[in-house]
This record gives sequence, structure tokens and C-alpha cells, in this order.
Amino acid sequence: MEWRDEATVLSVRKHGEGSAVVECFVRDRGRWAGLVRGAGSPRLRAALQPGNLVEATWRARLADQLGNFAIETLRSRAADWMSASLPLHGLNWLVSLARLLPERDPHPAIHDAFAVVLEHLGDASAAPALFARFELAMLAELGFGLSLAQCALTGATEGLAFVSPRTGRAATAAAGAPFAGKLFALPGFLLGVGAPEADDVAAALRLTGHFLARDVYLARGLPPPDGRRAYLAAAGLRLDATPPPDDTRHPIRGRERA
Amino acid sequence: MAERVAGPEIERLIQLLARLPGLGPRSARRAALHLIRKREELLSPLAEAMAVARDRVTTCSTCCNVDVSDPCAICRDGRRDGSTLIVVETVADLWALERAGVGGALYHVLGGVLSPLDGVGPDKLSFEKLVTRVAEGAVREVVLAVNATVDGQTTAHYLTDLLAPHSVKVTRLAHGVPVGGELDYLDEGTLAAALRQRTPF
Repeated sequence: MEWRDEATVLSVRKHGEGSAVVECFVRDRGRWAGLVRGAGSPRLRAALQPGNLVEATWRARLADQLGNFAIETLRSRAADWMSASLPLHGLNWLVSLARLLPERDPHPAIHDAFAVVLEHLGDASAAPALFARFELAMLAELGFGLSLAQCALTGATEGLAFVSPRTGRAATAAAGAPFAGKLFALPGFLLGVGAPEADDVAAALRLTGHFLARDVYLARGLPPPDGRRAYLAAAGLRLDATPPPDDTRHPIRGRERA
Repeated sequence: MAERVAGPEIERLIQLLARLPGLGPRSARRAALHLIRKREELLSPLAEAMAVARDRVTTCSTCCNVDVSDPCAICRDGRRDGSTLIVVETVADLWALERAGVGGALYHVLGGVLSPLDGVGPDKLSFEKLVTRVAEGAVREVVLAVNATVDGQTTAHYLTDLLAPHSVKVTRLAHGVPVGGELDYLDEGTLAAALRQRTPF
């Protein structure tokens, strides 16, 4: 078995004296791990930093085996980010999100979104909004997508302004107004409307953070990623307290989400 | 299955030696045989030295270095510049800097680096002790001598934020061309960092 493809290094775990188990994110193959022999060499140590774009050649006798990677650097991104805290925290956050995907399961759309966020990690004005969109896409990819296309109460597709913390379904400004204190704000940019302001980004991250914590991290017994908290602190983004997710009097009920 | 050629005591010695870094089963077998041959000159002193190390080695309560006394020899050395604190990941890094012989300062061993992906958070490293040392007021400069890796630099930035409330200068090691390094063989990241951090000549 053998394939060769462009890949982004996600993580490196030492294995024995000089080898490492390296996990890469490949567009048409998903998250893929392999053994890199001689990973302690100066050349490979520089290449095997999370975020770097590499050409990975994977070989194994059988498809189920861990296999061996041969790695060549295509773009050494990690070194560019080391002088600033924001891209480093962002990288940790992004990698922790990508690692929620199952191994050897291709997710080309998520990979493309991942690549866009990675490209803009150093851009403090664009990256937070991209992270919010990426988290929303991750929720959908993991089977916990939010239903933001129409109002759960009226069926309207315009003027959506709130999201239920319980069902993840949207509501219009008028329908949700009486319960505004119990609902998440739905920033327009998540629906492709308008450019995000700082408040919109914070609202979007509050929204995605709530559902990721409840449906993904809590369900898997994982703590929310440190990289997210560190990034938000470094970016000066303060997220207010979330509405009570287990409020049984909540008005927007409905079907189980996929 | 290969037949055992020695008694269980010798096999156990080989197995334990094979767990040391740099030794595999074959080299452990050779090392064990060498020790047995040099019983008086090597095996006995080695066993005694290991027993003493086991009984007396401790972790310094000030800097987290390992030594046979607490505080360690470095912390007790009055000739060192107490206003400069070099922060390293592991004791091996401390020893490497001491070998370089350019420090003359005090150290602080973190015990690793932050690794969010592996679940290593600030509570598992000696950050609190570092902040306490800095807060005592004698330290004027903290040199972050952590590795030039994503985890190492994440730790450096975290420590910079942690030390920000204290009136202390925080510096880090330069990233660039190693001695004997040829530009043609260096990775692009190192070259770019070296060019960015160029110094007047």
C-alpha cells in the first residue's frame, strides 16, 4: 500500500528513541497517522511541527497497519508563527478541532475550511470570525449541525436573530424577542449576511462554543481545548455567560437534530 | 523461541539495561556481559553509585533541578548572578546550558512544556514556583530558554503573559543559524527567523 499527497502536520508523538508517530490532515484521506523514522534529526524536527505543509508518502504492507511516512517540507509555517502568541494559540485550537474527526475518514470540505483558517492565523482581524465559521462547520460535520436556515416557531427564513441553546434551531427577531434572555444571538455573518463586527464574532463563538462543549466535548468526556481559551484571551475577546442550556421551559422545541 | 543462555538474574539485568535510552536488547546484552567481565572495576562501583543516587537524589525545592541536596548546588552557588533566571524545559536542558558555560545565572526547570493536545496544562508544570521566585523581587531578567517548537513557544508566550504583572525583563533565546550550519541545508523556517532577527556586524 502506498500513497503520496500534500498534508498538514497535526501532531507529533515521540516513539522510542528516534522515531515519532506523526498525524497529518490530508484533503482526500482525512486524519492519517504514520511512523516517521529518524524524526529526531535536525531536518525532520523542523519539518515535523504542527501546521507545516508537507508532502507525505505513506507506505505499509497492509492497509490497516500504522505504516511509515516519508516527509518532505513544502511550506514551513510554524516558524513564522513562533514570534507571536495569537497564531500559536490559534494553531493549538485549530489542531484540537481537526483531531475531533475520526481517523482515515475523508472530510474534504472541512479540510478546505481548515486550510483557509490556517492561512489567516496571523491575521487578528479575520481569524476569529473564521474560527467561528469553522466551529460551525465542525458541528455539522460531526453530526450536531445547527438548524439556522429557518425559524423554528414561524418557519420564516428572513430576519433570523436567535438560536435556542437547547435545540440549536433559529428563531426570528420577532418570534424570539419575548425569550431573548434565554437565547443565543445569531450573528448575520454566520448566515452569510454582512461583515462581522467584534460583537458578532464574540456572539458566534459563544454560540458554537456552547454546542461544541455540550454535544462534543462533554459527550466524549473531554475538557474544552485550552487553545480556544488562550486564543480568545490573547485576542481580547470576552464571551459573556451563556444562557442556561437545560432550561426546560424553553420555547423552541422540536425535532431531534441529526 | 530463542533458548535462554544465562540464569534469570543475568536475564533480568539485561532486560533492565535494555530499558535505558539508547540501548536495545542486543546492546543491553553486550553491556551486561561487559559489566560481568569487569565485575570489580565496573559492576561494583556502578551498583554502589546507583544505590547512592537512588537514596540521595532529590528535586530542588527552589528550581526543580535534581541534585543530592536541597537547595541544589546551583542555587547555593553564591557566585551566580541571582538577578538573571534562565527557564528551561528539563534538567537535560539545564545541563546543556551549563556545558556551554555562558550562563552564570540561576535556573528554573519547568518539567516540560504546555501541550494542549496531550493534556499538559499549567497545573502540571512548575509555573507557580517560577512566579513566586520572580515575585520575591531579586530577579531582574527571565530568559526563556525553551525549545523552538510550537509547544515550546506556546509555553514561552504563556509565561510572558504570566510574568507581565511583575517588573521583570523577559527575553528568549535567538533562533537562527547553528555553528557549522550551511545555509543550503537549513530549513526555510530557521533561515527566515535568522534573517528577521539579524544583528549589526
